[in-house]
Amino acid sequence: MKRWLPLLAFLVLVGFFAKGLFLNPREVPSPLIDRPAPAFKLPLVGNDAASFSPADMRGKVWLLNVWAPWCVSCRQEHPVLMQIAQGGRVPIVGLNWKDRDREAAMLLARAGSPYLAVPEDLDGRVGIDYGVTGTPETYVIDREGIVRMKHIGPISPDVWKEKFEPKLKELGA
Amino acid sequence: MSDRIRNLMLALLLVCAPSLAVSAAPNDAAAREAAPNAENPEIEQRMVRLAEDLRCLVCQNESLAGSKAELAEDLRREIRDQMKAGKSDPEVIDYLTARYGDFVLYRPPFKPVTWLLWLGPVLFLGAGAAAWYVTLRRRRAAAAEPPDEQKLAAAARLLKEDQ
Repeated sequence: MKRWLPLLAFLVLVGFFAKGLFLNPREVPSPLIDRPAPAFKLPLVGNDAASFSPADMRGKVWLLNVWAPWCVSCRQEHPVLMQIAQGGRVPIVGLNWKDRDREAAMLLARAGSPYLAVPEDLDGRVGIDYGVTGTPETYVIDREGIVRMKHIGPISPDVWKEKFEPKLKELGA
Repeated sequence: MSDRIRNLMLALLLVCAPSLAVSAAPNDAAAREAAPNAENPEIEQRMVRLAEDLRCLVCQNESLAGSKAELAEDLRREIRDQMKAGKSDPEVIDYLTARYGDFVLYRPPFKPVTWLLWLGPVLFLGAGAAAWYVTLRRRRAAAAEPPDEQKLAAAARLLKEDQ
């Protein structure tokens, strides 16, 4: 028994390293989960006179999708969002993050918009309040305005099925 | 007796040396590259000092002070603004951890989930010291035991046979 102890200790170590190898370093746990979604009020893309605030969504389960026209994985995610929007299960709000060239309106007109509203966060301050580290990121916000889930990276059909659908079911959407 | 003390000191030094080296290393090279801001050098200095201990969330092994990522620039601007508004360093840290979590801190706080992280090395050192102590005592007890007459006789016989 004593002789096997170093080997055993080594295997435990290998176990930890193997686990670490398959973790995604981008998946930083958000301190926002189960906390109220930070309030903001931002003008809408293509209509500066109108504005959006998370308070407008009270009573609905909704998705806040942080995206940008310059973001490549957001384009990859776009068709999936279109499908979700067509399904009509949850409204998606697209926070247009740091779009300095202001290309969002043009892009959405061409490719179609999955969004109920597209507030414009030019200087990225609202993004900071939500702990955004890059695009795309998607938050699930419940009827009371509490953040229930955060997904970092593009939503693929698999991610939607395995991560979002169970959460939405739990929240009654 | 003095031999034993010397050995003990040597062992302690060997155990502690790597940790001394590690604690001295991280800051010197961690680039002080944040774009100079002549507007308010005092705040700039405070910001850089604070940001050196914070992680850039885009390039995760760079400090917030050294990173050229756009988000790091935004966060430095945010820290600057908060300092101008009269916030203290701990208040700025709270602001950042409320949004990005403890992950932004290069020095994790001491709290229940990090107890093992902080105390682990001490635990390992303690376990090692205990194992060492037990082994030494066992060896000494074995040496102090009177030799077994029968075994001695057998050994002497074998030696004689060889000759």
